[in-house]
Amino acid sequence: MTKKLPKVPVVIVGMGWAGGIIASELTKAGIKVVGLERGKARKTSDYYMVHDELRYAQRYEMMKDLSKETLTFRNTENMRALPMRTYGTFLDGIGTGGAGSHWNGQTYRFLPYDFEIATKTKEKYGKNKIPDGMDLQDWGITYDDLEPYYDTFEKMAGISGEEVSLYGKRSNPYPTKPMLKTPVLEMFEKATKKLGYSPYMTPSANLSENYTNPDGIARGACQYCAFCERFGCEYGAKADPVVTVLPVAEKTGKLEVRTYSNVTKILHDGNKATGVHYVNPVTREEFEQPADVVVLSSYVFNNTKLLLVSNLGKPYDSKTGQGVIGKNYCYQITGGSTLGFFKDKFNIYAGAGALGMEIPEFTGDNFDHSDLDFIHGAGIRMFQYGNRPIANNVVPEGTKAWGKEFKQTSIKYANSWLKVAVQGASMPWRTNYLDLDPNYTDEYGVPLLRMTYDYTNQDRKLTEFMAKKTGPIMKEMGAEITETQNNLEPLDISPYINTHNTGGVIMGDDPNTSAVNKYLQMWDAENVFVAGASAFPHNSSFNPTGTLGALSYLSAEGIIKYMKNGGSLV
Amino acid sequence: MSDKNESVDHSRRKFIKNSGIAVGGVVVGGALGSLIPHKQKTEQQQASTAKKQVNYNDALMFFTLDQFKTTEAATERIFPKDELGPGAKELGVPYYIDHQLAGPWGLNAKDYMRGPAYTAEATQGNQLLMDRREIFTLGLKGLDDYSNKKYDKNFAQLSDDQQDDVLEVFDAAKEFKLTGATTKQFFQLLRSMTIEGAYADPLYGGNKNKAGWKMRDFPGSQTGYTETIMKKEFVKIEPKSLREHMGG
Repeated sequence: MTKKLPKVPVVIVGMGWAGGIIASELTKAGIKVVGLERGKARKTSDYYMVHDELRYAQRYEMMKDLSKETLTFRNTENMRALPMRTYGTFLDGIGTGGAGSHWNGQTYRFLPYDFEIATKTKEKYGKNKIPDGMDLQDWGITYDDLEPYYDTFEKMAGISGEEVSLYGKRSNPYPTKPMLKTPVLEMFEKATKKLGYSPYMTPSANLSENYTNPDGIARGACQYCAFCERFGCEYGAKADPVVTVLPVAEKTGKLEVRTYSNVTKILHDGNKATGVHYVNPVTREEFEQPADVVVLSSYVFNNTKLLLVSNLGKPYDSKTGQGVIGKNYCYQITGGSTLGFFKDKFNIYAGAGALGMEIPEFTGDNFDHSDLDFIHGAGIRMFQYGNRPIANNVVPEGTKAWGKEFKQTSIKYANSWLKVAVQGASMPWRTNYLDLDPNYTDEYGVPLLRMTYDYTNQDRKLTEFMAKKTGPIMKEMGAEITETQNNLEPLDISPYINTHNTGGVIMGDDPNTSAVNKYLQMWDAENVFVAGASAFPHNSSFNPTGTLGALSYLSAEGIIKYMKNGGSLV
Repeated sequence: MSDKNESVDHSRRKFIKNSGIAVGGVVVGGALGSLIPHKQKTEQQQASTAKKQVNYNDALMFFTLDQFKTTEAATERIFPKDELGPGAKELGVPYYIDHQLAGPWGLNAKDYMRGPAYTAEATQGNQLLMDRREIFTLGLKGLDDYSNKKYDKNFAQLSDDQQDDVLEVFDAAKEFKLTGATTKQFFQLLRSMTIEGAYADPLYGGNKNKAGWKMRDFPGSQTGYTETIMKKEFVKIEPKSLREHMGG
């Protein structure tokens, strides 16, 4: 029995960064918004017992319950996709704040090169530089177009950092000063400078100082407590929709957030959406919420899945290369890192999610690719997250994995290992995509999303190149033992890598190759906007949130314009 | 030691003072309003009261006594007592594992357990439809079966070296087969739960008296490290558990 509710101007699906930003901008403009969130409401006082590695990091307290819904995974089309039964390579958030509650807070801008990557690659290296099978596309927007929105996002969140000359120009400095340059970061800085690089402090959403944003939201500074990734911040220091955009939207009186509201379908008449269907996962009540505008701002996977199960937009077909929904799924290439074991003990029980340094020399097209058989690059970086003890028992190769030798060696190095890591860009590939699984269903009987993904030659070459750079940095830092990981095995769904999933509902300027325009408005349904990292045609060598945030501000502007004038905005 | 504690405590007071910032507009602070101030007890006081108290948590929710003894023996070989400090047994790891298996984790409550199950490629993760309780039950019986086959004794009665050999065989998963799961799948679960039990907050029954943390100089749940994070020399901080944030 579905209960039909009175029509609202705007319904937003998912109350994370994208949904929170759009809700905040629309309500400030006087538009009434209903926000549907499949999980529960959260507040900072929920985190009084948050320094619990087992509960939050090992048992995934803040993540979606996979027993209700997961995805299936295969590397290639000739494999049978099987469910991701327990958490592995990435984590799927749930509840107000979404992934914006459990993230680390590393907040970059993408490069000017990223937004026009296909054009720039052809211009500089000729069209043969792009191998057959790589669906490289421009974004339908330039860095200069997006710059003001990056600026708005950074001011709202209180991002700290340093200007980098190899990156896109900034209209304003970062609103807050960089995080503390700790002794281990100084080691990285000294070593990379000596090797001729220009290290910079990672832009951080952990709030380096007390800060009041343009909305009047005041937050206290990060305490470097070492419980960021997979945890909520009890201080409200880590930027999170729950302590930034959502309270602003709620204060207008124009936002109604409905928690425990899991959207299972977008309702439409073929050309326009009419509303959404949702279920309360606790009471099992079902509702239809009619709306003038539907904003999809759930996670990458769910944005794609909802469009596919609702038959909205043309599903991507890898055989023909036609269709768009599910296309250009990308991840992050993280091979090529070097571990270092040291004689000295460092205070690395302390840290923060975005406390790190990085070098810009090997990002984007900041180095010549003429004689290389890959494009783009990676950030070479070192972070001090805070080594929590269950997850960090790092021992040199050849050490036994259990018993006295393991115990003694893991304890010996508990505060004496560092990692020079690689965060590499991920290029789209014709056979890496998302569609619906033919065999497995979720708790409502709806097909699971199926992921087909494997690393490519581009990724392996990038990894080999970066591995040659990370080793010397670690040696220069004075490690007793260094170990470089320089080959890229096929993607394994089990061990955690990161949650930088992108694509599936990508933006562009051509309806034949993209699902949404630069305002994230669907080509095939003018009153549907699909926000999030699902809009990225590829993933850069930087964490996605900054770009997702900027695009959400741009999209909000588009929605307001659409509500005034109607029609396609592009 | 006590100096360090005072400085951390001082920084916390300072932080609470600082972040009461109310700068017009909407104030969305952290959870500080609800921080429960409480008197720090010294470690000695805590230790002496701990000795006198019976820990009613150290009893079994799931294991039979035999299973418990096998788990005790196996975890102690994985994380043995040595000159650095206590091993799994003294840390309460077997109780930790018992309590975990008795709860939702033991029943894979948040995992996708629907069929059908197919043989997976190595990259596709665990595809077992057995829950962790079943894997443990199977694995512990396997340890005894194999030990009896090879040494005519149960696992818990073997010498340290013999136990190590049996665990090696289980880790390698070549010589001995179980029905429904591999010995390696069981061994990996046993190993990861042993490490969890040694280092999770004492609230879960392991890491007794924070001894797991003390061995590796991990400070547990501190309110922050602004005082120590910039220091070049290593700063040892007396660890704090979640219990110590509850007051009373």
